[in-house]
Amino acid sequence: MDGVLTVSGLRKEFGGMAAVDGVSFAVRPGEIVGLLGPNGAGKTTTISMILGVLEPTAGTISGAPRERCNFAAAYAPLPGNLTVEENLRVFGLIYGASPLGAKVEELMARFDLLRFRDTKAGLLSSGEQSRLGLAKAMLNDPALLLLDEPTASLDPAAAREVRALIKEFAARGTAGVLWTSHNMHEVEEVCGRVLFMAHGKVLLEGDPRTLPAAHGKRDLEELFVTVAREPLSL
Amino acid sequence: MKARRLFAMVLRQFYLMRGSLARLLPPFAWVLVDIVLWGFLTRYLGTIAAPGFSLVGALLGAVLLWDFFMRVMQGVSTAFFEDVWSRNFLNLFASPLTLPEYVGGLVLTSLATSGAGLVAMLLLASLGFGFSFLSYGALFVPFLLVLFAFGIALGVMATALVLRLGPASEWLVWPIPALIAPFAGVFYPLSVLPPWMRAVSRLLPPAYVFEALRVLLEHGPAPRHALAIGAALSLGYLALAARVFAATYRHAVRTGLIARYSAETVS
Repeated sequence: MDGVLTVSGLRKEFGGMAAVDGVSFAVRPGEIVGLLGPNGAGKTTTISMILGVLEPTAGTISGAPRERCNFAAAYAPLPGNLTVEENLRVFGLIYGASPLGAKVEELMARFDLLRFRDTKAGLLSSGEQSRLGLAKAMLNDPALLLLDEPTASLDPAAAREVRALIKEFAARGTAGVLWTSHNMHEVEEVCGRVLFMAHGKVLLEGDPRTLPAAHGKRDLEELFVTVAREPLSL
Repeated sequence: MKARRLFAMVLRQFYLMRGSLARLLPPFAWVLVDIVLWGFLTRYLGTIAAPGFSLVGALLGAVLLWDFFMRVMQGVSTAFFEDVWSRNFLNLFASPLTLPEYVGGLVLTSLATSGAGLVAMLLLASLGFGFSFLSYGALFVPFLLVLFAFGIALGVMATALVLRLGPASEWLVWPIPALIAPFAGVFYPLSVLPPWMRAVSRLLPPAYVFEALRVLLEHGPAPRHALAIGAALSLGYLALAARVFAATYRHAVRTGLIARYSAETVS
């Protein structure tokens, strides 16, 4: 399972209870992998361990070096007391973006943030903050990009643009993307492969376009509901 | 340790100060108010005190050094609080930024803000009240270094406390200098303290600095031995603070505290 991310036997316990229980998967360059599951399934715990901010109880994580990883998540907005440009400059230095000035300009243009250059991030709408988070996530041209509900706060048009940008990014073939979302239509459109998690385990894995039929379900949403409510019926 | 990441941490604080008068004022305003207040008090006491003793050096100099120490400590803790207030831990610690780089950035920020405050205090104390740091001779430098090292150590310890106990524990940090002051002998010799307080004083590097300062002003022998003990203690506390912060961070990563550091209180 060579890739930009290889997770093997990952487990995390809190107070003796397993939040993530023996999860294994890989993400290869050029791939967008969807990590799906109901609230509390263990998706964010898994992502936190991949990001290195949570120590696994057991298991291994390998792949792209830390300098080549990046992430965007709705629950991790950039500091609201810095402007858009200041945020990108500070994180650009941290992530080693080079040349810094040109990279910041390019990303502000790509994510339609030029007009907010001098606006404090805390004053942006949630959709604009999401775009800023995504711009930050691209600062180091990551080999592994972790996106936790990246389009949750975006209007349909902006969400479509972001999906197109991420697909184009993955299509270059140099980076892999791990994407969590509760929007099953989006997952079908974007992800080449999905992992369904419930109760800390990966219950299903496969192509989001063929997986529902293979389990006798009408579409991905119906499969999601089944995984969430009746995982033993699968 | 990458210089550009250290620079990123300092640049972040510069951006914050540049855009906010409320952040820019404290490193200067309060220390200058202190110098004015103690400057006039010193001037008044000078009119009723016995001649021959340098009140300016003993009182105003002590205030200046103590304020410098407080600014060093608060320079570290305030820079850290900016990340608490903006819930920025996840963004920082999920990045390639290492723990030494992060703490190094806090230290450099403190060096810049406390250094600027010190220059402002020296200017006002010299021009307004006739204070001269030259009256301490070359020992002025080790005085500052011992206080700087202990201020950094205390600041890092305080940040570890807040990282461990949660944002609300910030209020435990602000009074720390006031709690230390009676034991440090900033304005009086340690000999006036009861024995149990003197025992505590012996563990505090600032106590050696302020005792040395008074010996110097009374034209006693250069108190190199006392300063050496103060310096050794400061370095010891610095090493201890680094270990405590690293251990607290490891605990936060193990328990998931970093990932969910926004709760009002944490266990």
